[in-house]
Amino acid sequence: MSVTREEVAKIASLARIAMDDAALERMVPELNGILNWVEQLGEVDVTGVEPMTAVIPNQLRLRDDVVDAIPETAGGRRDDVLANAPAAEHGFFGVPKVIE
Amino acid sequence: MSEFTQLGVKAIRDGVAAGDFTAREVAEAFNAAVADAAALNAFIVTTPDHALASADAVDAKRAKGENLGIMGGVPIGMKDLFATKGVQTTAASHILEGFKPEYESTVSQNLWNAGAGMLGKLNLDQFAMGSSNETSYFGNVNSPWRKAGSNAAMSPGGSSGGSSSAVAARIAPAATGTDTGGSIRQPAAFAGITGIKPTYGRCSRWGVVAFASSLDQAGPMARSVEDCAIMLEAMAGFDPKDATSLKMDVPAWEKGLNADLKGEKIGIPREYRMDGTDAEILDCWERGKQWLRDAGAEIVDISLPHTKYALPAYYIIAPAEASSNLARYDGVRYGLRDLPEGAGLQDMYAATRAAGFGDEVKRRVLIGTYVLSAGFYDAYYTQAQKVRALVARDFEQAWTQCDAILAPTTPTASFPLGSLSDDPLTMYLNDVFAVPASLAGLPAMSVPAMLNSDGLPLGLQLIGKPFDEQGVLNAGLAIQQRAEFEAQPERWW
Repeated sequence: MSVTREEVAKIASLARIAMDDAALERMVPELNGILNWVEQLGEVDVTGVEPMTAVIPNQLRLRDDVVDAIPETAGGRRDDVLANAPAAEHGFFGVPKVIE
Repeated sequence: MSEFTQLGVKAIRDGVAAGDFTAREVAEAFNAAVADAAALNAFIVTTPDHALASADAVDAKRAKGENLGIMGGVPIGMKDLFATKGVQTTAASHILEGFKPEYESTVSQNLWNAGAGMLGKLNLDQFAMGSSNETSYFGNVNSPWRKAGSNAAMSPGGSSGGSSSAVAARIAPAATGTDTGGSIRQPAAFAGITGIKPTYGRCSRWGVVAFASSLDQAGPMARSVEDCAIMLEAMAGFDPKDATSLKMDVPAWEKGLNADLKGEKIGIPREYRMDGTDAEILDCWERGKQWLRDAGAEIVDISLPHTKYALPAYYIIAPAEASSNLARYDGVRYGLRDLPEGAGLQDMYAATRAAGFGDEVKRRVLIGTYVLSAGFYDAYYTQAQKVRALVARDFEQAWTQCDAILAPTTPTASFPLGSLSDDPLTMYLNDVFAVPASLAGLPAMSVPAMLNSDGLPLGLQLIGKPFDEQGVLNAGLAIQQRAEFEAQPERWW
């Protein structure tokens, strides 16, 4: 399978990466090179094989039902959470207007 | 002062504990060596004060007769993929430039708790995506090695290229690395040092900037197998903050080191002998077999039939996970924001990510977005996950015939910077021998074996059963003792 310029533009839009015409032109053959190469996976007989989702057998754990048990991931850390925000305002993340 | 920089982890720790020298003297020597090696571009930021403060704390503990920790007095380099509290953490990207985490990664905290100090944050391929350290926003890392008779700048490998360059140049006795598809082992091989990726889940991923979460594992890079064993012990351990962390005790790997391989079977996978593999790489592999035989091991031929499909499966799975993980860089919560005049929220996201991500990162995010998109998910992503299961099954079957596997780490020695950067696919092939173990979550290490005819290091890879880091370390030690690799790059920086 190969992708067209329009398809790459659509993927870039889904990925929220702005790309001008020159960038799209460059990307189309690169993506097609990679996609043509991974096509070979189609040769592999995977009948009856379950897709692997976890590589090492492990149990999903439940943490103790205790509020704020782990301080680093607990609540009450608004200032820490906002410390690196490009536009923190009044204790919130500032974003451009989203409603007209 | 310079003799301190010739010391490795064990020598520094034991020397400080014995009172032969102070941790401060060691930290000062390495701080000076780091400051003197800017031409390598191995560090994005240096943190001499952190190294000195940790050293002083260790010296003070010694004066009081307290336990110094298993890394007591050892200053290390920290790959800039680990979140370090109050110290810029960028993943070598523009989008995270200036980001100063409010928290410390579990692995780095474990190292500080064990008495280590930080020389600085090491350069890497951007978001750990690359095999040559040419995708960093902060510039290429130079290998300290050069081809005999040439001044061409060589690649230190990637993505942990700052780590390999710094350790090989003796400006850090050891460094952290992370390995998603070879990012510890390939740079270790290129730089003539030792590096181990443990079993998936041994080291917590909490606070490590995520690339491909089902593959990412941290590990040590150092100058010997012993030093790697010590440092891995310090880094590993169960962490409730990482859902995939293994709830297992950390074995005493250092104490368990034993290079006597009597009764061990070492597998040689026939599929790793690929057409066009460098003759010197094959020669290196032959020597490795001989060394392991000499250590008492029996060499057996094995087959890993899906080897050829591991790399293409990786280049679907890793970008898919990356496209999801990197969705968090949106210009809202941290890092760069690019807000064009009059732009709305969606335009801000797109502009921020266009400005903040490098070309290789964009390439992988786009591939990942594509293979996860409606209509293509099963053909690409599900198929790749099934192939991944087959690659893992190959290894499970191999373990019925052998205890560990010996293979080359890389298909070639280091190459000049710029020589492969126009061709992503050729670059990807660097990791052809490293990726299968990553897909299967297995412990794997690279040990320096020899110099090739250009005077560049070649590494040998050992792959072990799940949780059997000890077996990998022991086979690595047997090779180390016989390879007697003591070559150092000639200083030009």
